[in-house]
Amino acid sequence: MENFLIDIALLTALLPLGGALIAGLLGKCLGRKLTSAIAISLVGFAFLLSCYLFKVFVIDGHPVLDQSFYTWATAGSLHFDVAFLLDNLSITMITIVLFVSLAVHIYTVGYMADDPGYTRFFSYVSLFTFSMLMLVLADNFLLLFFGWEGVGLVSYLLIGFWFNREAANFGSLKAFIVNRIGDIGFLLAMAAVLMFFGSLSYLDVFHHVTDAMNKTISIFPHHDVSVITLICVLLFFGAMGKSAQVPLHVWLPESMEGPTPISALIHAATMVTAGIYMIARMSPLFEYSEAALSMILIIGGTTAFFMGLLAIVQYDIKRVIAYSTISQLGYMAVALGASAYDAAIFHLVTHAFFKALLFLAAGSVIIALHHEQDMRKMGGLVKYMPITYATFMIGGLALCAIPPFSGFYSKDVIIEAVKLCELNGASYAYYCVLAGAFITPLYTFRAIFMTFHGEEHTDAKLRGKIQESPWVVLIPLIALAVPSLLAGEMLIDKMIFMHPKLLGNAIFILPDHNTLEKIHEFPGAILMALEAGTSLPFWFALAGIVTAWLYTMEFPRWSQSFKKYFALLYKILVNKYGFDKFNQIVFVHGTQDSGQLFYRVGDVKLIDGVFVNGSGWLIRFLAKAGRQLQSGYLYHYALAMVLGILVFLAWYM
Amino acid sequence: MPSLTEFLIIAALLFGLGTAGIILNRKNIIVLLMSIELILLAVNTNFIAFSYFLGNMTGQLFVFFVLTVAASEAAIGLAILVVYYRKRGSIDVQQLDTLKG
Repeated sequence: MENFLIDIALLTALLPLGGALIAGLLGKCLGRKLTSAIAISLVGFAFLLSCYLFKVFVIDGHPVLDQSFYTWATAGSLHFDVAFLLDNLSITMITIVLFVSLAVHIYTVGYMADDPGYTRFFSYVSLFTFSMLMLVLADNFLLLFFGWEGVGLVSYLLIGFWFNREAANFGSLKAFIVNRIGDIGFLLAMAAVLMFFGSLSYLDVFHHVTDAMNKTISIFPHHDVSVITLICVLLFFGAMGKSAQVPLHVWLPESMEGPTPISALIHAATMVTAGIYMIARMSPLFEYSEAALSMILIIGGTTAFFMGLLAIVQYDIKRVIAYSTISQLGYMAVALGASAYDAAIFHLVTHAFFKALLFLAAGSVIIALHHEQDMRKMGGLVKYMPITYATFMIGGLALCAIPPFSGFYSKDVIIEAVKLCELNGASYAYYCVLAGAFITPLYTFRAIFMTFHGEEHTDAKLRGKIQESPWVVLIPLIALAVPSLLAGEMLIDKMIFMHPKLLGNAIFILPDHNTLEKIHEFPGAILMALEAGTSLPFWFALAGIVTAWLYTMEFPRWSQSFKKYFALLYKILVNKYGFDKFNQIVFVHGTQDSGQLFYRVGDVKLIDGVFVNGSGWLIRFLAKAGRQLQSGYLYHYALAMVLGILVFLAWYM
Repeated sequence: MPSLTEFLIIAALLFGLGTAGIILNRKNIIVLLMSIELILLAVNTNFIAFSYFLGNMTGQLFVFFVLTVAASEAAIGLAILVVYYRKRGSIDVQQLDTLKG
């Protein structure tokens, strides 16, 4: 049975790889239809297998499986294994990944219908799915890193999918580089784990974590740091890159240059949650480092609130959703910091549904308007695209945490958990997420009103001819709208309040930190939705919607006067707090200038000038001087001899 | 009878004169040969002085050798000089720079 389950898991992971290879290598021969059919059916089959695994592990409660198939390399006593860890966390995660991936695969057929890179796109998306599955199923840091880099690579390829657009190339490069910066943290963390635990396997590390509790390392002289804190901070640094936490969030808005299905799959639902998943997976480590948890709380809170603010001034519909993704990732990070790992994964799951939905619905709008993304050129679309509108609305309400949509449950639990958290920085994070509850509906409904309501600002040529998207686009929307609506009610009891929880032993929480435990009695999902009126975030959310309505629909002049009276604030927001400028000036120009400096001084002057030409010049100079000595005149030689003798005599006497 | 030191001083002066002649002379190869002769004589003076004062005849014996060698050297030197003059038409030391590669 166990071998059978492991084989199923391996097959689940390898099917998308097969799809990627077939679509990538044979795509030209097979033609568009066959390629997409093969890719979709392989991912669909993998999804069915993951559903089976979900049933066996999560519903029937099969014990945790950890098995190696292949030893990649050995070095002394170290083994680098390709091994899977099957537990409730990883199985839940792969089910979500494959579900969203399947929806995106199907949606792609419609969205990319007239794109010349159709088969290439399928190859990439399948490859992404494979990498993500490896990341999730890995039982050791190295395999996780393999998947981690794999998704980073595919993300780079897909952001730059339209490689003849300059902005796309710029965005893909930016995403790649910023992710590499985070990866440095992850690599160092891996090195530290190897140094102090002697193994990269999760279970080995988690078993010995209490032994390492009192070990310290001095990075700077006279500053001892706890080893676990060091590892956790470095791991979180990696997660910051992947999960777009401040200040490594800059790549995510740029990644919107890629095709919309990718924005939905990679840059909203799955890849960016890899960092969150990784930290939840490492909960036995993070629990022993309050410093790292505080850091996560503070950075997550900052991300949740301040990145949400930026979405208010964006006009590109995809960028609004991108900033909201960053903000929601901040929520998840805050939940992790508050030791509410289950809540973070819960929000990850619901967010995967409604954010993928929002992106795909935005994509549907974009197709209908022939690749127009500027919200100022939309408006009044509700009468042309009722299904897209309904699904976008469901996604939006879920994002805004309006009961009974799924986002309400997950976000409410996070806010409650942070409120009860006693770590340093928790109160700051609490106010951030609370303010975020007001900001989120503000920008979401601003987007909805600007896109679907009000006057039509669409291109005059298109007006009246806008059509609802084809069914191949709408089916994934509906498939995602259902869980966006229902996942919250169905999962909240099992994921947060039941004993044992859905994620079971995969998550480890110290008794002092157990914030979820402290949340008041759970009245049941439906009652919780009905009692929403008693909670502060709900009223904040309603206020946000009303504000958005006032500003965009009722009194558009208000937003003009806001821009006028708060010009400085507006400017700061439009410039995205200057992160991009700062990076551009300090890092990009700094690197270029220092490169120039080293080129001019180090290369041209030192190496070329001093070492290469200098040695030649020195020999020539010495030879020239030496030639002067050889005059050919006897009396010069005689003088030299006499002087030489005099010197010797003086020396010896 | 002058002392050994005085002889040695004379010899040193002669030697210095000879080397100075070689170094300073820029005109004539014959002066060069004469200077060499002078150096050898200075050496001879040393030999004789030491021989006399130490009562050892070997020094004076050596002087004969040196004189012989000096004579033959002068003969060869003058022969070269003649050939050189025939070839170059001048015995100017300034033009004597064929040692330069």
